[in-house]
Amino acid sequence: MKKETHIHAAERFLNNKKNAVWHDETLWQTRAKRDRQAALIPEWEQLRELASKIKMHTITHLDHYLEQFAAAAEKNGATVHWAKDAAEHNAIVLQILQQHQATQLVKSKSMLTEECHLNPFLIEKGVDVVESDLGERILQLMDIPPSHIVMPAIHIQREAVGKLFEEKLNTEKGNADPTYLTRAMRKSLRQKFLASTVAMTGANFGIAETGDVVVCTNEGNADMGTSIAKVHIVSMGIEKVIPSHDALSVFVRLLARSATGQPSTSYTSHYQKPQKEGELHIILVDNGRSSILADKDHIQTLKCIRCGACMNTCPVYRRSGGYSYSYFIPGPIGINLGMLKAPKNYYTNLSACTLCFSCNSVCPVQVDLGNQIYKWRQGLDSIGKANRTKKVMSDGMRMMFKQSGIYHAALKAAPLINLMPRALIYCKADKWGIGRELPQFAKQSFNSWWKKEVLKK
Amino acid sequence: MDHLAKIGLFIPCYVNAVFPEVGIATYKLLKQLGIDVDYPVDQTCCGQPMANAGFEGKSLPLIHKFNDLFDTYDYVVGPSASCVAFVKENHPHILAAHGQHQCQMSGKIYEVCEFLHDIVKVEKFPGAFPHKVSVHNSCHGVRELHLSSPSELHTPRYSKIKDLLSLKEGVEVFEPQRVDECCGFGGMFAIEEDAVSVQMGKDKLRNHIATGAEYVTGADSSCLMHMQGIARREKLPIQFIHVVEILAAGL
Repeated sequence: MKKETHIHAAERFLNNKKNAVWHDETLWQTRAKRDRQAALIPEWEQLRELASKIKMHTITHLDHYLEQFAAAAEKNGATVHWAKDAAEHNAIVLQILQQHQATQLVKSKSMLTEECHLNPFLIEKGVDVVESDLGERILQLMDIPPSHIVMPAIHIQREAVGKLFEEKLNTEKGNADPTYLTRAMRKSLRQKFLASTVAMTGANFGIAETGDVVVCTNEGNADMGTSIAKVHIVSMGIEKVIPSHDALSVFVRLLARSATGQPSTSYTSHYQKPQKEGELHIILVDNGRSSILADKDHIQTLKCIRCGACMNTCPVYRRSGGYSYSYFIPGPIGINLGMLKAPKNYYTNLSACTLCFSCNSVCPVQVDLGNQIYKWRQGLDSIGKANRTKKVMSDGMRMMFKQSGIYHAALKAAPLINLMPRALIYCKADKWGIGRELPQFAKQSFNSWWKKEVLKK
Repeated sequence: MDHLAKIGLFIPCYVNAVFPEVGIATYKLLKQLGIDVDYPVDQTCCGQPMANAGFEGKSLPLIHKFNDLFDTYDYVVGPSASCVAFVKENHPHILAAHGQHQCQMSGKIYEVCEFLHDIVKVEKFPGAFPHKVSVHNSCHGVRELHLSSPSELHTPRYSKIKDLLSLKEGVEVFEPQRVDECCGFGGMFAIEEDAVSVQMGKDKLRNHIATGAEYVTGADSSCLMHMQGIARREKLPIQFIHVVEILAAGL
């Protein structure tokens, strides 16, 4: 299936003006909150620097830290599984569920399970998969994917949630009060929690020296799930491992402040041991990560802690929405991760960047997101995916600018364009002219002025 | 600054054709400050448009041409932050990627505001410009050339452009909300993603206009050109002027 390009999806998003303005402003407010929180920490920039170095160190010594982590986790009584790809990951989850004759799985938020398409896989096998993060649950009931990695339902306004809950949870007609709706969902989810025997979480960090898994949430849903169910499955990307609790102290100061502008998430839960008479399964997932390690231009994407700050600051993301990108992770980090996954499937996202580099500066682990997008663009021609218009324009410019004589002639002739009939200039082929007036060429270029006013004198 | 230093003036292609007055103001201002300025007439373009579009290779001959033409100058100075940033940041790695010699330009090229502020260290500009202006902090000026502190970073606040404007009589300086958010120009982005580009420009202009300024001013005529195109189409009550034109006003 040919997916819609970012260009067209963005245009469609902007056609709904009221929604587009609201989306931009909402995400900008998150960026502003992040700025205010960061400003309260005098050593903020040193923290970013340190976080970047710790991550770089860890991912370049990943063999060592993963083994240390796995050994420590097993010593704690956890079972460690290694999954080389999504299929292996999903099969391991299913096997654990089957071993416990579980027909329901309560999940807290995890982008990795999204990446592995775990939910459709399990649902097809007859498992009742229940997302327990409020945003994720809303999306699950609407049967649509997340549009943001931290605030998955940020694009949905409360009136739409009210309507959905009327239908699914029998709430009062026309009641879109957030507290009311949240309580209705809590009541509905409580039944699911109480009935669950297996719970699943993602992992924000894995601590190599102690083998614990750290999960940061705001709603307490991860803790509710894992407290009731006897079996806990953790789905964790191999790049999530960090050396120590000292290292963790750097990341937890950065994560929530960067993500939502909170000093910390409401819950920072450490899972170290299985429950009494229970099981703790940790699935370490590669799914392409180890090949990124060998890619010197893009290795830095493995530092990402999935805070979403690059989305909130991205002027293009805010004005085009998460669904305008064809990869399931949108925004600057998503453009890069999509290219790492399958360039031919996701290259059309590369246009969604002005190279403003704001993402580089907000990133808490200093991933060079904008520079990487620039680099991907350089490779498009070699995979036969270069934009033809841009290629023709670039060739034309190269011709003109290589030869000073041609350029000088063009400079002289340019003002003639000003005299062309409006209908000829503002045609369909001229995308500049759809929303803007064209610049007027000067009657006398700087070159002519220089020759006349400076050289002749 | 060494007063025997020779300055090569870099006038980017679109400034040459569309905004020659910006080039002229740069020349006059440097001349007035007693600086030895020359303009190599055979210069064309720095190669940024094609490289940002994904065709670095096509900018290679232009990079060589640039190096040859400006080789003998002590400093290269140009009135366009984005083009200067491209020479400074990208010429070296493009040359290296193609196994070519080390780039000499990177260490001696300056955007004109940066040059006046850091090298010439001007203390006062002649004449006056009695107007309200809103400073456009362009992305490459801020985040590549460090003309001001990026709003994302928590480092001491500064703005070289505001410093310079404070040395001109009569200028009242404002800055928009979302002080350094991109205006949406982005080179070929403006054409390829025209819907987002125009929306970003409109939003940026609304913030500039809300300051009550008569002019938007900045170190990048390319951003100004994009916003001017929107302002003219939407008939918005705001004018555009390069910083150097303000500093040179009255010369």
